[in-house]
Amino acid sequence: MITSPLNEVVEKETAAAKPKCLRCCVAAGCLSSGSLAVKQSLQASVTEAGLQDEVHVKGVGCMGLCSQGPLVQADPDKVLYTGVTAESAPTIVSALQGAKVDLPTTDLNHPFFTLQRPIVLENSGRIDPERIEEYLVANGYQALYAAVRDMTPKDVVDAITSSGLRGRGGAGYPTGLKWALVAKTPSHQKYIVCNADEGDPGAFMDRSVLESDPHRVLEGMALAGYAVGATQGFIYVRGEYPLAISRLQTAIKQARRLGVLGSQIFESGFDFKIDLRIGAGAFVCGEETALMASIEGKRGIPRVRPPYPAESGLWGQPTLINNVETFANVAPIIRNGPDWFSSIGTGKSKGTKVFALAGKITNTGLIEVPMGTPLSTIVEVMGGGTPDGSAIKAVQTGGPSGGCIPAHKLDTPVDYESLASIGSIMGSGGMIVMDADNNMVDVARYFMEFCMEESCGKCIPCRAGTVQIHRILTKIHEGKAGQEDIETLEQLCEMVKSASLCGLGQSAPNPVLSTLRYFREDYTALLPKASEVTV
Amino acid sequence: MSVPAGVNGAGPPTGAKPHPSGDNRFKILEATMKKHQHQPDALIEVLHTAQELFGYLENDLLLHIAHSLKLPLSRVYGVATFYHFFSLKPKGKHTCVICMGTACYVKGAANLLAAIEQETGIHSGETTPDGAISLLTARCLGACGIAPANVYDGSVAGNQSTDDVLNRVKEWRNNDNIATK
Ligand SMILES: Cc1cc2nc3c(=O)[nH]c(=O)nc-3n(C[C@H](O)[C@H](O)[C@H](O)COP(=O)(O)O)c2cc1C
Ligand code: SF4
Ligand code: FES
Ligand code: FES
Repeated sequence: MITSPLNEVVEKETAAAKPKCLRCCVAAGCLSSGSLAVKQSLQASVTEAGLQDEVHVKGVGCMGLCSQGPLVQADPDKVLYTGVTAESAPTIVSALQGAKVDLPTTDLNHPFFTLQRPIVLENSGRIDPERIEEYLVANGYQALYAAVRDMTPKDVVDAITSSGLRGRGGAGYPTGLKWALVAKTPSHQKYIVCNADEGDPGAFMDRSVLESDPHRVLEGMALAGYAVGATQGFIYVRGEYPLAISRLQTAIKQARRLGVLGSQIFESGFDFKIDLRIGAGAFVCGEETALMASIEGKRGIPRVRPPYPAESGLWGQPTLINNVETFANVAPIIRNGPDWFSSIGTGKSKGTKVFALAGKITNTGLIEVPMGTPLSTIVEVMGGGTPDGSAIKAVQTGGPSGGCIPAHKLDTPVDYESLASIGSIMGSGGMIVMDADNNMVDVARYFMEFCMEESCGKCIPCRAGTVQIHRILTKIHEGKAGQEDIETLEQLCEMVKSASLCGLGQSAPNPVLSTLRYFREDYTALLPKASEVTV
Repeated sequence: MSVPAGVNGAGPPTGAKPHPSGDNRFKILEATMKKHQHQPDALIEVLHTAQELFGYLENDLLLHIAHSLKLPLSRVYGVATFYHFFSLKPKGKHTCVICMGTACYVKGAANLLAAIEQETGIHSGETTPDGAISLLTARCLGACGIAPANVYDGSVAGNQSTDDVLNRVKEWRNNDNIATK
C-alpha cells in the first residue's frame, strides 16, 4: 500500500539510499554529551575517505540507551558504539571499511534491546526526525491516506475502539470511547489537543517521541481530526523542551508543504491544521482543563468536570485531548489493523508502554515493552539492576501522583489495573529505581514539596492540606514527631485525596500513603524511642 | 469574549502605539502581537516573546502588553506570575539551573544545589548582588538519562558532581575578572 501522491518522494528517497549508514543520535540526551560534534566528525571523515557515495551519515532520534551516549550505530554491520567522541569518530569510519578497531560498543543481543517491542518507538533512532521523506519511506502518512480515501470517520473511531487502546497520559481512559463522544457531539467547530506537557519529573518518553519521530504525532492527530470532525489541532508542549519544539515546527512546515496537513488533504474534503502552544512551566497545566485554560491565554487553573472537554472544551467547543504517546499509537493501529494491536498486551491493557528508566539503574534510558511485562523483567533483566549491584529497595512509578513499589512486589505485571492494585499507578511512564540510600520519608517529602509548590491554590484541601502534610513529614524527617503525628498524617492524606478538586490534589497523597504502606519502618525509625512505638 | 486564535475576529491594531523609546525590540513585540491579531488568547505567546527580547518582564512592559491586547493589567500580571517561566526580575549575567526532578534528586541533586548555594551565598530564584550569577531550579530537563543534569547559560550538562558545579562558577568568575581588567 503506497500512497500515490507521495509515491514520487518515496521512490526518489529509496533510489538515493546508500549501502552503508552511520546513525548518530542527536536527541537531547546525546546532544548534551556532544553528539553534534561527533556527527560533524563522522561526516568529515567520510568525505576525507572519499566515501560520500557509499556511506550516509545521518542524525537520528533517541536509541534508548541514553546514559551511554553519544551513540552511533553502523549499518549494515549492526554495531552500536557507545560514548563516541569527535576524536574517536574517524575510527568508526575505518571500521566500516573493514579495519579491526577497539572502541566501546554495546551488545545488541542484551535483553535491554531484545525484549523490547517497538510500536511507538519503531522509527526512533532509525530515521532523521527533521526529514519528512524518511518518515514517508517508513510507511508514514499511509494510514492517513487510507483513512481519508477509504474509511468513513466512524470506521476510524471503531478501529480505535476495537484496538483497545487506552490513554497513555496516566488515567488509562479508553481512547475509542473518548473519540466517539467527541464525534457524536454536534458542533461546527471542534478541536484536537495533544497533551505534550509531560510534567512528571524524571520522565522523558513524550519528549523523546517528539524529538525522534514528530510526524507520527502529527499523523495521529490528523487521523483523530478526521475521525471526530475537527479541523484544528493544538500541541501544548513544555517550554523546557526547546529541541522538541523546533523539531515539531520543522515537521509541521514540511507536512504543510507536502499537503498532508492543510486543506483538502489527499484531495479529499478533509482540512486539518496544527499549531503549537508553548507551556510556561506549571505542572498543573498537564491537567486537561487547566491545559485548555492555558491555551486560551489564561492562568492554568483546573475547573470542575463535567462538562468534560469532549462536550465543552477549548472556547466552549467539543475538544478531544490525548497524550503524545496515545496519538503515536494511532497511525500503526490504522495501518496494521485493530486486531494486530489488541493481540499485544494483556486482557484489559492492550499494546505496549514506553518507560523512562532512571535513578539507581545501570541502563538508564527508554524502553518500550508489551503491557503485562513484569516490573522485575524491566528493572532487573533489561535495566541491569543497580549500578553497584546493591539490592533495589523500591521502584517509583507515576511520579508525584504515583507510589513506591517495594522489591517484593516486583513480580507485578505492568498494566493499569495491576499497578493500581498495589497502590501505584501506570502514570505516564516514569520509572525511578531507588536503593537503600534513598530514605522513603525523604522521598515522600520530596514529592509532597513538589505538589505543595505546584498546587494552583483554587481549592483549600489541596492548597492547605499539602502544606500541612509537608510540615508533618518535615517534623518526622527531623526526628521531632510522635506516633500521633503519623495518625494525623494518615487522616490528612485521606482528606486531601477525597476532597480536592482535580487530579493533582486527589493523587498528591499517593507517595505518602504507598511509602507508609510498604516502608513504615522508615517512618517509625525516625520517631523518638522507635522501639517503644507500636505499629 | 475570546475568539479562537487564527479566526479573524479583531480589527487592525488601533490601540497599540509604538513605545516612545523607539526601541527596536518593541517593534518585534508589536509584530508578534500583530501576528496573533492582538487576540487576548495570545497573551502567553506574547509574554514568551517579550521575555525573550527583554530578558525579564518589567512592570512597564506588562502595562504596554495589557494596553496592546486590551486586557486589564490584573489579568496580565496574574498570568505572568502564575507561570514559573516568566521572571519579573532581571537575571544575572550567567544562569545556572539545577535540575531537581526525581531522577536527578535520587542521584544527589540536593547536594549540588547546597554546594552552589553555599558558594554563591544565594538561594534558588535569586541573583548575586553583583548581578553575575542567577541560580534557578528546574522540575526536569528531560535529560534524566544523564542525571544529575544542570543547565549552564542555556546548555545542558549531564552526570554532574559538586566539583563540576563549583568549577563552572569559578570559571565564570575568572573569565569575567579577566574581561573587566
Ligand atoms: C496534575 C495533573 C497533571 C497531568 N499531567 C499530564 C501530562 O503531563 N501529560 C499528559 O498526557 N496527561 C497529563 N495529565 C492527564 C490529563 O489530564 C489527561 O487525562 C490526558 O491528557 C488525557 O490523555 P489520554 O487519554 O491520552 O491519556 C495530568 C493530569 C493531572 C491531574
Ligand atoms: S486540587 Fe490543587 S491543583 Fe487541583 S484545583 Fe485544587 S488547588 Fe488546584
Ligand atoms: S538521547 Fe541518545 S540514546 Fe537517548
Ligand atoms: S529529573 Fe533531572 S533531567 Fe529529568
